[in-house]
Amino acid sequence: MKEEDKIIEEATSGEYKYGFVSDIESEKSQKGLTEDTIRFISEKKNEPSWLLDWRLKAFKVWEQMEEPDWAHISYPKPDFQDIIYYAAPKPKKKYESLDEVDPEILKTFERLGVPIEEQKALAGVAVDVVMDSVSVATTFKDKLSELGIIFCSFSEAVQEHPELVQKYIGSVVPQRDNFYSALNSAVFSDGSFCYIPKGVRCPMELSTYFRINEANTGQFERTLIIADEGSYVSYLEGCTAPQRDENQLHAAVVEIIALDRAEVKYSTVQNWYPGDKKGRGGIYNFVTKRGICHHHSKISWTQVETGSAVTWKYPSCILKGDHSVGEFFSVAVTNNMQQADTGTKMIHLGKNTKSTIVSKGISAGKSQNSYRGLVKVAKGAQGARNFSQCDSLLIGAKCGAHTFPYIECQNKSAKVEHEATTSKIGEDQLFYCNQRGIKTDKAIGLIVNGFCKNVMDNLPMEFAIEAKKLLEISLEGSVG
Amino acid sequence: MLKIKGLKAEIEGKEILKGLNLEVNPGEVHAIMGPNGSGKSTLASVLAGREEYEVTAGSVHFEGKDLLELAPEERAGEGVFLAFQYPVEIPGVSNINFIKTAVNEVREYRGLPNLETKEFMTLLKEKQQLVELSGKLANRSVNEGFSGGEKKRNEIFQMAMLDPKLGVLDETDSGLDIDALRIVSHGVNELKSKDNAFVVVTHYQRLLDYIVPDYVHVLLDGKIVKTGSKELALELEEKGYDWIIKELEEEKL
Repeated sequence: MKEEDKIIEEATSGEYKYGFVSDIESEKSQKGLTEDTIRFISEKKNEPSWLLDWRLKAFKVWEQMEEPDWAHISYPKPDFQDIIYYAAPKPKKKYESLDEVDPEILKTFERLGVPIEEQKALAGVAVDVVMDSVSVATTFKDKLSELGIIFCSFSEAVQEHPELVQKYIGSVVPQRDNFYSALNSAVFSDGSFCYIPKGVRCPMELSTYFRINEANTGQFERTLIIADEGSYVSYLEGCTAPQRDENQLHAAVVEIIALDRAEVKYSTVQNWYPGDKKGRGGIYNFVTKRGICHHHSKISWTQVETGSAVTWKYPSCILKGDHSVGEFFSVAVTNNMQQADTGTKMIHLGKNTKSTIVSKGISAGKSQNSYRGLVKVAKGAQGARNFSQCDSLLIGAKCGAHTFPYIECQNKSAKVEHEATTSKIGEDQLFYCNQRGIKTDKAIGLIVNGFCKNVMDNLPMEFAIEAKKLLEISLEGSVG
Repeated sequence: MLKIKGLKAEIEGKEILKGLNLEVNPGEVHAIMGPNGSGKSTLASVLAGREEYEVTAGSVHFEGKDLLELAPEERAGEGVFLAFQYPVEIPGVSNINFIKTAVNEVREYRGLPNLETKEFMTLLKEKQQLVELSGKLANRSVNEGFSGGEKKRNEIFQMAMLDPKLGVLDETDSGLDIDALRIVSHGVNELKSKDNAFVVVTHYQRLLDYIVPDYVHVLLDGKIVKTGSKELALELEEKGYDWIIKELEEEKL
């Protein structure tokens, strides 16, 4: 029997002991995806059997699905049998000081102006750091637990709060929802879990930093946020990734449940490695994010997307409860060879539901940037309102911006408005800035940030500062 | 300070400036007048470094440096300011953020540290008063939704903030009512010193009632053909440009 097979055999036969591979850099599953891989992951994470069954069901569904190709993107299809589905860093990898953190990452943080304290947080003090699938640090816990707030890694939630996980996992994004969500459901390794009890206003922004560390490791994060009746939480997700040579697949699932009168603000700054100027080596980001709003509740998605070679992402709201509100504020920047197909879905089911969509797409280099949005008003959604605004800004002559708005309206009392503009950064604007002494790169940053202002205003302040710099860095050198 | 010799410039293959000479010394105000299409705005654009214009001959030196070798932002750093005939709108960028960026970029070019917020605010208030620019405009997007007069006042305000050595005013008077004209001119007069200089490009004599030039130049078909004192401007106002054209033709004969 080959060594590899032995490991799987051991793992699946239940005799596996933790840490038997801890003498190597990280614990990994074998390449490829079979039922055994899933059993290996589940076993490794000491999961209850209902979860293993849930994963296996997802896997069966996934096997029968085809990778979608309706998006306005093109890329070599990943070989799903050539991916390592599980990698955990050595348990001792809890950073003592910043010196131990990869200098490349620190350099990125420095350029982004991430405060030192926050950089330290990376080393495991203040934030839930998801590093290579496994959460290595979770903090603020005591303070939060006083209020009954649960904020921990997904794996921990499975162990500590199985009833909550079992009740809500897959309730917003079912396994069969789409190709990538099915894949994620089968093999997800870790992620974050958050529960805000009834009537509690979470006093701090909850944040996670995601990173991809291990070459050739697909990342399958799963996030579950439950805001109980009348509660409030602001959740931040920020990503940075060091430079890589090989394409990496990232297929995350985020589910938000906002119960009656709850409010959830979910903000993302995403800058996965986009590949080099020729588009080599960037990350493929296929994310399913969705929230469900019960009566009088509100979910607000704000995202600033600058990274990834390919982005496929539609944070959505199911406005199930009457008087519920969904918001989507997005800035998507593409440069060089990047491709983004992103937008949102607002599904109005309840009466007097409201949704707002503000999307700002910025294309530079030879990139392609598409907005794809669906506003659906169901029969019973009396008095539903939607306002959508999609603006595109082009930098240079070789890039593309596309808008695909879909509107399905089955209720006559609904009002759906859609506005779209496309503009180019004018030579006049650049020259005006230059004449005032402002260098071209800086001028582009200024103009682009102005263009995105009403989205940026929705980000928590510190996050916004970081995002602004990120926009400038992403577009450096985009006008020759 | 500024020495222009035999300057020829074209746009899209069409020659506009055909051998222009001009010398400006510190403390001087020069008015450039001329009929439409004579090259007034082209001169202003070439001095600021607008890309569409190609210089085909001649030289421009500013404080001994070859100005034509410098990028537009470097020229700004050296102290050349152009008040635009048509100021550009930049949506979403507040006026205050814009000018703060500009001030600090120019300071960086000159090897100076960024202005502290307090110093900057003091300077801002002082200069806003100079052109009676309301504080509200500072928070609005650059030139967006500004009236014609507000835009021009904003140009002079920016000039005041950047304190250039050479201010080039490109038809700053166009589209201004008499009150705005007075305010703009007052701003320029307050900024005037023995160390700086202004080149005022204009169509009409009336601006020169407020900003009194030391020299008036007549630009015709890409060349300065006549130079005089401020009285020349009055004469042009009264008689137009035809008599100069005739004079030139007689000289040729």
